[in-house]
Order: sequence, then structure tokens, then C-alpha cells
Amino acid sequence: MTIPTTRSGAQGEHHQDGPAGAPGIEVRGVSRRLGRTLALDEVELSFPRDAVSGLLGRNGAGKTTLMSLIAGHDRPDAGEVRVLGHRPFENAAVLPRICLIRDNQRYPDDFRLKHVLRVVPAFHERWDAQLAERIVDALRIPSRTPIAKFSRGQLSSVAILIGLAARAPVTIFDEPYLGLDATARRIFYDLLLADISEHPRTVLVSTHLIDEMEPLLEHVVVLDHGRVLLNTNVEAARGRALTVNGTASAVEDAVRGRRVLRSQSLGGLRSVTVEASADDVALTARRDVEISPVSLQDLVAAYGAAGAEPEPALLEGASR
Amino acid sequence: MDDGRPIFLQLAEQIADDIVEGRYPEETAVPSTNEFAAFYRINPATAGKGVNLLVERGVLYKKRGIGMFVASGARELLLAERRERFAEQYLRPLLVEARRLGIAEAELTRLIVKENGS
Repeated sequence: MTIPTTRSGAQGEHHQDGPAGAPGIEVRGVSRRLGRTLALDEVELSFPRDAVSGLLGRNGAGKTTLMSLIAGHDRPDAGEVRVLGHRPFENAAVLPRICLIRDNQRYPDDFRLKHVLRVVPAFHERWDAQLAERIVDALRIPSRTPIAKFSRGQLSSVAILIGLAARAPVTIFDEPYLGLDATARRIFYDLLLADISEHPRTVLVSTHLIDEMEPLLEHVVVLDHGRVLLNTNVEAARGRALTVNGTASAVEDAVRGRRVLRSQSLGGLRSVTVEASADDVALTARRDVEISPVSLQDLVAAYGAAGAEPEPALLEGASR
Repeated sequence: MDDGRPIFLQLAEQIADDIVEGRYPEETAVPSTNEFAAFYRINPATAGKGVNLLVERGVLYKKRGIGMFVASGARELLLAERRERFAEQYLRPLLVEARRLGIAEAELTRLIVKENGS
């Protein structure tokens, strides 16, 4: 179902960046080998412009490699990445509008918060100093402590500060929450939502906290072993799989012919997660089994555990 | 806000509930999409989808430049929809459980009358 949504702000602003309605980020047949590992294997996907997309998958799935390519820090071995219509690698036409927040950013030894606030804005033409101040207060980032002595959570807070206050049209967060307590994470989500409401931009965030961050997302991509398992809007992802519960024989009969992602038994009872299909109506009508929805987190876990091969049906494009 | 169904549906139902309960009277403004997004901590586009669903159903309407308003007759419209779904949503599960427990119709009626009186 597509319902048109109104978005305030910058529709005509990026007219030089490819046709209107074009994706913010396009990845076409991209492969990248790191040593002996094929980190990305002919990846084909796109992220909608001015939307928040989640990049999900197990460690080693290729998330960080993909983000580095999108940010222009690296070049694909094959295929092409386009950000706002431009190839990002060494491209001054688009690099100033991309902000990649890595989980392991290093700072000079004697750097304190004030140095960051003095140096970083020079790289981001849309830097908002007032927003930066609000974030410093909200996340309680210490001003006197050298950044080299910051805790993991405080480093994440600095990264979030830069990623949000930069207001880069393409903002990429690689696991931005490491070391943050639950309160600080909520503050981050609130700041992110408030700011993209006023200043829509293309946001890409990798995360393992799927349950927690799913409501923030419009679009999700799941990677596994460098391949795309899922590339769809978040509502469609929720309907992608279902769990069938009942006696072992009833469940086996109900899911016959379907691709099983996960199966659990307890005595004579069985619980099986299968991909959704066109005959779910018949499945739901059965009285001998109970059907329950599968959360995005459970879906990603099931795919990750199944080592699933992508199927053509899963590879639909950005459905917006 | 999460029961496994798409979040924009859950938001639409929450707003509909609030209209039925009179928390948003007819011909008054409901919060903006961004306010809903911030309050429920959900993506603004998702909040927009939920609001637009109610616009399509004639429950909310847009006043240009001002915001979203509750349509007159919205409460009655929502109540009528609920009455239609009452049997399916409440009576059917009740009867299934009654059958499971061996509660016959006469006994069931007696229980309803008793519960209603208490």
C-alpha cells in the first residue's frame, strides 16, 4: 500500500542530483573483496531519498563495507555506487554532502569537545551550532575531559553530535549506540526524529538493536554474507514471515511446500517460522494451528541462522 | 506501541480510539504528524501514513496551512465501524471459548446478564 506523504522542505533543492524521485543512494551490482573474503557479492539495492533506512544483518555481513563505499571512503571492485546521482569516490560534487559516522573514529590526543566544535563545522556547510549545543547538553558530553579519555558511550555521544549537527543530506551512522545507556539512546532517537522532521535527509543506520530502532525506520535492508536478503519498506518486512504453532503433525501439514526459516519443538508441539506466501489466507483459516506475526528482529535472526539464500521474490526494489 | 502489525495502522487506531473517547472532539485539531512522530517515537513518514489513512476514511480532514482536523460525524462513523466488527471481534472468540468449556447458550446468557448487573 502506498499512501502519499507530505514532506516539508527541500524537494527542488537537489535538482542537479539526478531526476526527481530518484533514490538517495543506488548500489548497482557492487562487489568488494577484502583479502580472501568477498565482503559484498553483486549487491543490488537502493535507499530512498530523504528517508531513514536501516541496514541490518549479522557481524561480517558486509554492512560496514557497504557504508564505506557509499561514503566514498572506498571503491567497489565491480559495479557502481551513486549517491544523490553521483559516484562518491574522490568526487567533490557530492562528498561534502555525505557524513559517515563510524563506530571507531579517532581524535588527536589533546582534543577536547571545544576542539571538535571548532574543527568539524568546517567540513559541513550546513552545520547547526545551536543544535550542536542542544545535543551536548542533552547527552551530557563533558567539555573538560580530553576525548582520548572518553568512555565508549561518551565517544558515541560525540559521534551522534557530529552526525546530527552536520545536517548532511546523506547521513550514515554505523552502529551509533555503542556504550550508550537506554536513556541516552532514547535521547538520540528523539533528537534524530525531531531533526529529520524539520530537515528531511537521507539517513542510513546500521544496527543490531532492531526491536528498538524499527519504529524509526522507513526502509530496511538485510545483508548476509555480502548478499541482499531483504530490501523493502518496513511494513512489508513485517509481513514477510509468520510463525505457525500447533501439534507437530498439524504444523508439518500446514507448512508443507514452504521455505522453513526456523523450527522449534517442545514435546509434541512445534513452532515453525516460514516465509509468507499467497496462500496465507488458507493457512490463517486452519483451526488446528495458530498463526502469529514475526517481528523484524525475529525475521533477521531467522535469516541469519538459516544462512538463507536470497530468492528473487525478496529482491524487490525500494517500494515507495 | 507494538503488537506486530504495521506501526502506521497502530497509530491510526490509537488516534481513532482517542476520537471515540472524546479526547479529540470533532472540528478540533489533532497534533501534527511531527508531533505524533515525536510522541510515539516513530518515523515521521510512518506517522504521516497513519494520519493519511484516517483522512482517506473521512475521519480527519486537512485545513490548508493549519493542520489536520477531526471531521464532523467522525465519532459516529468510527462507532458504526466498531459495531459492525463487534460480532467478529468479541462474540466469536467468546463463543469459541464457551464451546471449549461446555457452556451452553442458556448458561452463557445467564452469565452475561449477571456480569452486566454486577
